[in-house]
Amino acid sequence: MKELIVISGKGGTGKTSLMAAFASLAENKVLCDADVDAADLHLIMNPAVRKQSDFQSGYTADIDREKCTECGLCLDLCRWSAINDEYEVNPIECEGCGVCVYFCPEKAIDFPLNTCGEWYISDTRFGPMVHARLGIAEENSGKLVSLVRQEAKKLGEDKGLDLILTDGPPGVGCPVIASIGGASAVLIVTEPTISGKHDMERVVQLSAYFKVPAMICVNKFDLNVELTREIENYGKEKDLICVGRIPFDPVFTKAMVQAQTVFEYNTDSETIRDIRNIWGKVARELEI
Amino acid sequence: MIISIASGKGGTGKTTVATNLAMAIGSDVQLLDCDVEEPNAHLFINPVFKKTETVFAPVPEIDEKKCTYCGKCDDICQFKAIVVFGETILSFEELCHSCGGCMEVCPEKAITEKGRELGIIQKGERNSIEFIHGKLRVGEAMSPPLIKKVRSFTRPDKLTIIDAPPGTSCPVITSMKDTDFILLVTEPTPFGLHDLKLAVGAVKILGIPCGLVINRSDLGDNKVKEYAEEENLPVLMEIPFDRKIAEAYSRGDMIVKVMPELKDEFLKLYQAIKDIAE
Repeated sequence: MKELIVISGKGGTGKTSLMAAFASLAENKVLCDADVDAADLHLIMNPAVRKQSDFQSGYTADIDREKCTECGLCLDLCRWSAINDEYEVNPIECEGCGVCVYFCPEKAIDFPLNTCGEWYISDTRFGPMVHARLGIAEENSGKLVSLVRQEAKKLGEDKGLDLILTDGPPGVGCPVIASIGGASAVLIVTEPTISGKHDMERVVQLSAYFKVPAMICVNKFDLNVELTREIENYGKEKDLICVGRIPFDPVFTKAMVQAQTVFEYNTDSETIRDIRNIWGKVARELEI
Repeated sequence: MIISIASGKGGTGKTTVATNLAMAIGSDVQLLDCDVEEPNAHLFINPVFKKTETVFAPVPEIDEKKCTYCGKCDDICQFKAIVVFGETILSFEELCHSCGGCMEVCPEKAITEKGRELGIIQKGERNSIEFIHGKLRVGEAMSPPLIKKVRSFTRPDKLTIIDAPPGTSCPVITSMKDTDFILLVTEPTPFGLHDLKLAVGAVKILGIPCGLVINRSDLGDNKVKEYAEEENLPVLMEIPFDRKIAEAYSRGDMIVKVMPELKDEFLKLYQAIKDIAE
């Protein structure tokens, strides 16, 4: 089974819209939304949830004021300034390191496990989907990403599928690192803006760092054709496959408003043909 | 005053608003780019960088001559960053959160701290805008400590504008907390609205006043405005879609330069923020 992760570096380049379009074209696949911090794929896939589970990870200190003698040791040890002079823990600041819990001479600090999100196995009109929702202001997004990827893999193996098609998060930090490690390939969706190019270069470096083969696709290419060429030349220099260009087309927004993929919204246009060609190249690279 | 500019969804125009707001105000302003995973504001401001420093996170260094393999460091570490089995001790510094627990607990004083490179901070200026950003080392997972370092350059005598990363988890919270106003930049699409609601949820947890900028306000649908009305969120500025803006952005041009009439709109936005925050 192959696993393709769609990433971008910069946000808003069209990852999720393109990923939804691929869902219309790919066969025998499981869909996976690894952008757990701001998951959007479900808005188009309209999943019927079959199984819902809590995501528990990390701990938060909680001082029992009855037992606390206000000795001040926890205040001295805490590197996050998460405990105030009233001996209350600010859960947003608490890193869950447990140093205060370990050293408290009165054993006055509880350390409960956090429930910081939910994850789901669902059915969609394009096949099964694994997705999640990280609680607002919660930590451990990387661990939740690893979890949804594992579950998507299990589900794909159980059902004898050929492909895991994963929508990844923006950036190059913790959740992206958790998204791409060990994948068959990443598809980097970029745009011909100086910020799109800058961020694409960083995510190309990241893919190389984790030894994941990368492909590049330029969305909204006609906003700046010269920069599109520069991006494609950069890709060639780095021996990456450039799978194609997509024009700036309001069809993506219109389809999104209708909760449809572009293929459901519009059956024939230049954009549609471009995306079909791109998917053909990606599938060939993946040997599926 | 500190204004943090955030969005939930990526690519809605945070950096456009942050840079053009700073440029329109022009003096006594500092711009901190806290999107350290993918910092972009410098591409538009073009600051002359005068200082670069490397930022490190403290991680354990073990002196095996002193270590008795008692395992207390393994017990206290919540992040599996230090492991003891038999007469072997291993530290996985990329997993370390720098809490210092292992060093504190070691009875033999066998653990000291060294640095793991998180990335760099650069300081510079353009005209009278003071500019600071962080760049996370590619391969490094933890951005909040670097964001905190960027924010440590906040000067209370100036207006500080923070360009925050997308999302709603720890890097965003680190960029939004302890600010005076959060400006949420959104777009009127289902993805924009969905992620805006998450961002508003985060703002409510922090208890900071906020307002909206609706970018590409004539694309998509009307649901963002309906939501803003229901939630009593003030819409402080609307920027219609204009291919001229999109193309200027693609080249790295400031929209206040390409469309000077928008400078007044950004100054009005600043006035509206001041009225709410003060």
